[in-house]
Amino acid sequence: MSKRIHAPLVAQELETLRAGDSVLLSGTIYTGRDAAHKRLCALVAEGKPLPSDIRGQVIYYAGPCPAKPGDAIGSCGPTTSYRMDAYAPTLCDLGLIGMIGKGQRSPAVIDAIRRNGGVYFAATGGAGALIAGSVKAARVIAFEDLGTEAIRELQVEDLPLIVAIDSEGGNLYEEGPARYRR
Amino acid sequence: MREIDVARVEETVYGLFLSACCEIGDDVLTLLEQRLETEESPFGREVLRQLIENDRLAASRHMPICQDTGMAVIFMEVGQDVHFAGGDVNEAIERGVRRAYHDGCFRASVLTPLTRINTKDNTPAIVHMRIVPGETVTLTAAPKGFGSENMSRLWMLTPSQGIEGVRDCIVETVRLAGGNPCPPVVVGVGIGGTAECAMLMAKHSLTRECGTHSEDPMLAQMETELLARINDLGIGPQGLGGRTTALAVHIEQMPTHIAGLPVAVNMQCHAARHKTATI
Repeated sequence: MSKRIHAPLVAQELETLRAGDSVLLSGTIYTGRDAAHKRLCALVAEGKPLPSDIRGQVIYYAGPCPAKPGDAIGSCGPTTSYRMDAYAPTLCDLGLIGMIGKGQRSPAVIDAIRRNGGVYFAATGGAGALIAGSVKAARVIAFEDLGTEAIRELQVEDLPLIVAIDSEGGNLYEEGPARYRR
Repeated sequence: MREIDVARVEETVYGLFLSACCEIGDDVLTLLEQRLETEESPFGREVLRQLIENDRLAASRHMPICQDTGMAVIFMEVGQDVHFAGGDVNEAIERGVRRAYHDGCFRASVLTPLTRINTKDNTPAIVHMRIVPGETVTLTAAPKGFGSENMSRLWMLTPSQGIEGVRDCIVETVRLAGGNPCPPVVVGVGIGGTAECAMLMAKHSLTRECGTHSEDPMLAQMETELLARINDLGIGPQGLGGRTTALAVHIEQMPTHIAGLPVAVNMQCHAARHKTATI
């Protein structure tokens, strides 16, 4: 049974999320992957404003395919998250609450999630066609020159996710495999 | 001698990539369905169910299975009695790739490594050409995503480490990769040759029908044993825990130097895409 949650996430909802929960996420989220993260953190380092306020927001590590005519977006599954580990703590400390990706995170990111009361969701890698069905609208809001790596605002409806790392330190990437290791 | 117009090569490359990025092979789909029956983990079953639904949806809507439509890897076996006419065959291949990625609404994922400037049309392709007897040309398109490519490893073992060392480094590669390469994976292995040759064998092994075994009985037995050991790691679909970490292990080998024992492991995500055509 999946919980329905809404982005931007509210504190009461966040507190109830635990590693291993299945959720259906609706609302507004933002794509961002390698190149966009590098630019965001460069702006932070220079003391410049970010293209949009990230406080309370959810970022989705994804670089979609171009949309076919009539579609909101092309295939749009998650990319591997560890490549954003170098940047994520900076963004979490600026108020980013949620991250969606796939794969294990570094201890520094897990600490940042705890410190800021955040959450890390796993989407199903390689299910890009299926996930595209949950994206109802998409528009580039920053770094258009980066092509697929531009930051896009997505309107999503019932995006299926699993809570992978919660603010209490629960981590499905540790607990799950440990249960089945022989 | 047989003359083949390079336009035919272009059209073949074009068609193969349009198909490969959107239509998963029955080999992979069958293994996913079998694993859905046996997977014990509830998360694992849910992931496998989503992957099967995704793969069917992608084929029916002709949209990419995965947004990472990869680098355009091509294996090409050229009969030595073939003469290419009508232009540069290398350019024809690039045109085929460029058109397929544009017309298919596939992602432009290729860039210059240091400047990170995107080439915008997913070229250049990665072409491995080999001259063989005969007067036909066989092309295999194997678009390769980098979530799994990044988890690949080359191990230059010493002869003293022997077959046990080979087994251990293959399993260790999968263990270290965890959920990153989008398990359930196909593990491509090349043993022997030189460093670059080992990796090329590992990559080539991924073009084999998924789950079939090497014709070499010793390698076939290793594939079976390694698949069991890898699935005992517990990593499971997407790394969330389960019995299905790999769908198959494919091994190729060739002679190597007396001083060496190269082992290359090329990781392949569940979107193990490969389509072949002969001209």
